[in-house]
Amino acid sequence: MAPLAPRSGDAVFANVERVNAELFTLTYGAIVRQLLTDLEEVEEVNKQLDQMGYNIGIRLIDEFLAKSNVSRCVDFKETADVIAKVGLKMFLGVTASVTNWDVDGTSCSLVLEDNPLVDFVELPDTCQGLYYCNILSGVIRGALEMVSMKTEVTWVRDMLRGDDAYELRLKLLKQVPEEYPYKDDE
Amino acid sequence: MVGREVSESCVDSMIIEMVSSYCDRFYSAKPELAARRIEAIGYQVGLQLSERYTMERPRFSDHLEAIKFICKDFWSELFKKQIDNLKTNHRGTFVLQDNRFRWLTRMSIDPSETNGNTSDDPSVATTESKSAQSASMHLYFPCGIIRGALTNLGIPCAVSADMSNLPACELVNILQMIVDLFTQSIYHLIVNRIEVVC
Repeated sequence: MAPLAPRSGDAVFANVERVNAELFTLTYGAIVRQLLTDLEEVEEVNKQLDQMGYNIGIRLIDEFLAKSNVSRCVDFKETADVIAKVGLKMFLGVTASVTNWDVDGTSCSLVLEDNPLVDFVELPDTCQGLYYCNILSGVIRGALEMVSMKTEVTWVRDMLRGDDAYELRLKLLKQVPEEYPYKDDE
Repeated sequence: MVGREVSESCVDSMIIEMVSSYCDRFYSAKPELAARRIEAIGYQVGLQLSERYTMERPRFSDHLEAIKFICKDFWSELFKKQIDNLKTNHRGTFVLQDNRFRWLTRMSIDPSETNGNTSDDPSVATTESKSAQSASMHLYFPCGIIRGALTNLGIPCAVSADMSNLPACELVNILQMIVDLFTQSIYHLIVNRIEVVC
C-alpha cells in the first residue's frame, strides 16, 4: 500500500476539532497574568513560559505526525517549511513565512503576521522584558527535539514590544541520531 | 459561528500544562495554593468571557436567568453543548450537571486505583488515586470560570465540582458543579449546601 500523501495545513486544520480562539487567547492571557503575580520576575516568567511550551511541544508532535502524514524531512529547510505551513496552521490556524536563511541552511526566521495568542493583548509598562509569546518558542523547540533536532528558538521581533511583526529565529544546533535502548552485542 | 478558531488540542494542552505546572512545579508541596491559583486563572477567564458574551444583551432579571445563561449560551460557546441538568434548592444553591464534560473526556481515571495505598506516612492522602487527584485539580479551572462569569453578572458565589464515573458506562463523566449564591448569610448557606459525592 502506498504511503499516504502529506496533507496541506488547511486540510489538516479543517479536519481537527476546533474551538473558539477566544477561550485560548483569554486562558493564555490569564496564565501569563497569574505567572507574573506568582513569580514576580519577568525573566522567570519568560523561562517558565518556555518550559511550559517545551512540555506541550514534546507531546503535540505526536498529534502532528499522526494527522499531517508528513514524512521525514530531507533537510532543515524542509523542516522549517513544514512548521510554518502545516504545523502552525493545524494548531493555531495561521501560517508563517520562512525567510533569512543563513549560508549553511541551519538558521532561519519564521515570520508571523497573525498570532492568536495576542488578540486584544497590550503589555503594560511594568512588563518590560516580557516575551509574552514565549510558550510558542518552547513548543517548537520541544517538538523538534522529539524528532531528533536540538534547536535554539528565540524571538527577534515582537509586535507587543512595538515591532511590526512576530519573528522567531530558528537555529539548528545539532541533529541527534535516534538512540535505541538495546546494545548491539546483546 | 464565525470567528477565529484554533485546534482544540491547543486549548487542552495549554490547560493540562498549566495545571501540571502549578501542581508539580510551582506549588508541589502545597496543593491548596496550587488549587487557588488554578481557580484564579479560571476566574479571570470567566470574567472576560462573560463580559464579551453579554455585551449586546440587557441585564439579567434575576439569578435564575443568569444561571440559565451560563447553562445554555455560555456553556455552548465554551464546550459546544449545554449543561444537561440544572437543579436548585430554591435557597441559593444550584447544581449544574454535564454528562459528558469535554475536558474530562480527555483524561482517563482508572477506577481500580480508588482505594487507599498502604503508605506509613499519615500525611499522604490515601483516599484518592493520583489520577483522580489530578482530575480534581483540573476542575478548579472550570469552577473558576463559572465563578468569574457569575461575578461579572453581579452574582457573587462559590463554585465547587465533583465528578463521578457511572459504573455502566466508563466513558461518561458527570461533572456536577455546585454553585452557591451568596446572600446575606454566607456561612449559613454553605452549611446548607447539597453535597453530591461520587
